[in-house]
Amino acid sequence: MKRTVYLDNERTTIVAKEVIEAMLPYMNEYYGHPASLHMLGQQAYEAIEQSAETIAETINAKPDEIVFTSCGTEANDFAIRGVAYANRSRGNHIITTKIEHPSIMRITEELAKQGFKIDYLEVDKEGFINVEQLENLLTDETILVSVMHVNHEIGTIEPIKEVGKLLRERKQKIYFHVDAQSSYTKIPIDVQDFNIDLLTLSSHKIHGPKGVGALYIRQGTKIEPILKGYISVQRLRPGTENVPGIVGFAKAAEIAFANFEKYVSHMRNLRDKLIKGIEDNIPEVLLHGPRGDKRSPSNVNFSFKYIEGESITLHLNMYGICVSTGSACASRKLEPSHVLTAIGVPPEIAHGSIMFSLSRYNTEEEINYVLDVLPKVIEKLRSISPLTPESLKKSGG
Amino acid sequence: MPIKYSKKVLEYFMNPKNIGEMENPDVVVEEGNPVCGDMLRMYLKVRDGRIEDIKFLSFGCAANIATGSILTEMVKGKTLEEAKKVTMKDIAEKLEGLPPIKMHCAILAAKALHKAIEEYEKSKVKNNYAKPK
Repeated sequence: MKRTVYLDNERTTIVAKEVIEAMLPYMNEYYGHPASLHMLGQQAYEAIEQSAETIAETINAKPDEIVFTSCGTEANDFAIRGVAYANRSRGNHIITTKIEHPSIMRITEELAKQGFKIDYLEVDKEGFINVEQLENLLTDETILVSVMHVNHEIGTIEPIKEVGKLLRERKQKIYFHVDAQSSYTKIPIDVQDFNIDLLTLSSHKIHGPKGVGALYIRQGTKIEPILKGYISVQRLRPGTENVPGIVGFAKAAEIAFANFEKYVSHMRNLRDKLIKGIEDNIPEVLLHGPRGDKRSPSNVNFSFKYIEGESITLHLNMYGICVSTGSACASRKLEPSHVLTAIGVPPEIAHGSIMFSLSRYNTEEEINYVLDVLPKVIEKLRSISPLTPESLKKSGG
Repeated sequence: MPIKYSKKVLEYFMNPKNIGEMENPDVVVEEGNPVCGDMLRMYLKVRDGRIEDIKFLSFGCAANIATGSILTEMVKGKTLEEAKKVTMKDIAEKLEGLPPIKMHCAILAAKALHKAIEEYEKSKVKNNYAKPK
């Protein structure tokens, strides 16, 4: 049988066995509606409360500041539009970055059409925002700043704490939203210390089930619900709660935080082994994003010059290795990754980018396997490519 | 993978045909641009009005490699007139379909072939003109 080496954990992760076990009873035993008064309903309600407590504790928040959503995308939409609409009378200026996830970008683009003024922070070659630029952009009209904790493609850890500090010093209230989908359970988050008002979390990126996310909303935040309808037990988010999903999410968080240091250092070791192995064994490669402590422990992203990422991805797939590419050819829009563009990577090099994202389940042996297969694939594709270092220079690359 | 390929496309992608450089070709053309993520270099050797040999190199996705493979297979041994008639639709059909977003790869391959034939014919005219001297 062909083996599988899953290195696409930034996209989604395997659900932990313990998580599945924790979820099962909430499908066939405690399946009541959390708003029902009978015992089955009460068990479901308590499960939500308990889960909120678990999640809140991991980010130093209070349980009633956690709102469960259907996914990270919904949480991001809720945070951005919810705060924008509720605070419009005070101002219409929002600041975010050029490298946010589409679930932020699509929303800010939508708000721009509705008359909001959006500024996008530049990033440097490694993907870091400049807090000074942010400070210069702040006006009396600014109501919201949204900066991701870790970039989902190149693993840059943004200076969230500094941003929080800056916003805390302002006289007027500027809400601070952080999309932490790529950092949660990998980099410590303390909403008090970082002065975060809204924080987006996602279950399926931390070995929990798909279909659950959460938004931390600091007590006292002026926010308007985006989803309208039947209020079950969450005041700000209507709809019957995904109880098994929520239980699974909390279980996943519990496991990850109980072994935080162990899992993170395991991933970091594999990350550094993979980076070193690629750079030592394959010529003409380019690592995207920073190195060392300022890089997510689970992210490796390389461009392999003179060849195209979709072809690399499909070849690796034949060997059972699952990765993602930032190439335009693999996207529905045929545009290269906006993150790579923002850090100044020329399109012909962005087309050859591959993201390897790790989880605690990956092993050293798997990385050895990748380091055995990858150079062969790259060499094969380069042997049939018309591009050479000289031709790329000619075309302006 | 958001883009779903036919079995045939994947087969021709994994085992490309007529791929590589050619020594002493009659014509070499390039179509596409690495900036756009798709580029093809095509080599042609013609004898007595027939395509005696055809090869290509690819910087591009699976569809780019597969369309180049099947097109070169389709026209090898054909007369130039026959080869001129090959369209992107013929290429896509031979591959048992291409995702709509990848049709441009078939266009690119067909364009490269037509350009190569055109260049060859232009060079022939020049040669004929030069002969009486």
